[in-house]
Amino acid sequence: MNTPVLFELSRPGRRGYRLPAWDVPKLDVQAVLPEALCADAPPALPELSEIDVTRHYQRLASKSFGVDLGFYPLGSCTMKYNPKVNEETARLSGFAEAHPLQDERTIQGSLKLMHMLITRLCSITGMTWGTLQSMAGAHGEFTGMKLFSAYFHSRGETGRRKLIVPSSSHGTNPASAHLSGFEVVEIPADRRGLVPLASLEPYLNDTLAGIMLTNPNTLGLFEEDILEIAKRIHQAGGLLYYDGANMNAVMGKSRPGDMGFDVIHLNLHKTFSTPHGGGGPGSGPVLVSSRLVPFLPVPDIVQDGETCRFSWDAPQSIGKVSGFYGNFGVLVRALTYILVMGSDGLTHASEMAVLNANYLMHHLKGLYDLPYDRVCKHEFVLSASSLKEDTGTTALDVAKGLIERGIHPPTVYFPLIVAEALMIEPTETETRETLDGFISAMKEIHDLSYGDPEKLKQAPMHTPVRRVDEVGAARNPKVCWNE
Amino acid sequence: MSEIREDLRYTENHEWVKIDGTSATVGITDYAQDTLGEIVYVELPEIDAALAQGDEAASIESVKAAAPVYAPIGGTVTGVNENLEDAPEQINSTPYESHIFTLKMDDPADADGLMDADTYAEFVQSSE
Repeated sequence: MNTPVLFELSRPGRRGYRLPAWDVPKLDVQAVLPEALCADAPPALPELSEIDVTRHYQRLASKSFGVDLGFYPLGSCTMKYNPKVNEETARLSGFAEAHPLQDERTIQGSLKLMHMLITRLCSITGMTWGTLQSMAGAHGEFTGMKLFSAYFHSRGETGRRKLIVPSSSHGTNPASAHLSGFEVVEIPADRRGLVPLASLEPYLNDTLAGIMLTNPNTLGLFEEDILEIAKRIHQAGGLLYYDGANMNAVMGKSRPGDMGFDVIHLNLHKTFSTPHGGGGPGSGPVLVSSRLVPFLPVPDIVQDGETCRFSWDAPQSIGKVSGFYGNFGVLVRALTYILVMGSDGLTHASEMAVLNANYLMHHLKGLYDLPYDRVCKHEFVLSASSLKEDTGTTALDVAKGLIERGIHPPTVYFPLIVAEALMIEPTETETRETLDGFISAMKEIHDLSYGDPEKLKQAPMHTPVRRVDEVGAARNPKVCWNE
Repeated sequence: MSEIREDLRYTENHEWVKIDGTSATVGITDYAQDTLGEIVYVELPEIDAALAQGDEAASIESVKAAAPVYAPIGGTVTGVNENLEDAPEQINSTPYESHIFTLKMDDPADADGLMDADTYAEFVQSSE
């Protein structure tokens, strides 16, 4: 059943509060403000009692699905559990009530936290220094591309416009490169699902800006030739960008800095357990190698002895990339996670994430196609192609069948290089029982496709909203509640 | 099995091309529309845009994905199928009657690299 919106519940004059009587002279607004600033009528806000508002949002909350409610193997998104201790520290009043325009002397704790977080992220990634300003992954990519531009500009190498983006990288990579004025060159993955070294050759010249790599890539595979790729790109005068969205696979095992990367962004809302999706906001810190440090956004955060301060002294900086200093509350949660886990804990998290993914892959590859059948990292991509051919069941039907069984579906139809793709990332926190439950659900859906495919086409039957008309919504969008 | 027409030429990106003198009409194949699924939006090129062979000319969005349409031949855009703005689903129902744009070719030799129907049929089979 649909939940009515607040405007439908509204009744004229209903209030959630009672104000005391006026104890100051009443002022006629129209008499003191210019006419142009006065509205003709009061704003059409819904009028409700407090209990109705509370029940409205509780009702909606009870219908929403999140990682606190069930398994959420949304590939490439790392929907990992957000430990509740993160919330405790983020609610400490010194952090929660700090204002970005406060005097530096009164927010030493917050500054120190940011300084400490950059330091820790650098030691996790092997980079030299960074910024916490970028609000999420794609913003980090954009910042990184600006750093590329500034670097080449400073060297007078403005002819370096070509950026290599493999087809197995994240969809935002080519978009960020294009938005920053680079010319995107896409190279296809080979049969291994990896970047073929030979495909780089034609671009290794003085028009090369560099390469954007997601490693492990969107197939969940680690680029085996990464050191050779880095060497060749550098030899040709290009830079390397590391999309760290899949960092959850390699913490404590390998570092982009050691592989030779110049810029990396991390997704704190993925790898570092801060809220994600509808519960965001995100955070996409950017970390760089020493030769790009001079170009980092201002203000930098520096520590002199016991005192921290903002520093604007960076003449080659690309400037600010956010109004203030990023999503600060997210930074508190991420540092909490890093300190609680410790370096051995983070390493163990990556090990478990990879083990869980391989366990699922092993048990599901007999039921669904596995186009790239190799040991995976933290995620893997199945295909429903054979299932579709035999029974008419598509990846979308599998996703709907999982919703029926109380499981958030994996990412479907991405990456584009796999037809009928199902991209599965279990994360490290799931128990053997949860993983086995998922395997059973996937087997049930597989068997139902062969037994009673029509029943699967009806799924989900038991959700507040059944199959939504995605095509109708895209072709004829209705964006007003009463349209 | 998707439909492939004898009188058209094809690209590896699943565009079809109909050549008439120096004019080329471009759309996407039945195989392409079937793979993309229900199409919800088509971004058309600008009239008079100069495109090199392989340049991104248009973009098609389906419920599953967004896919670029490349210029199979270099040239200047002389016309676009404006019907697709309101009825993008025409590509799903009649892919070979629903062209996306027409080009005046710079160099008709560009067409030499395009596949004929038989070669394209083999190409589709090998990529399945």
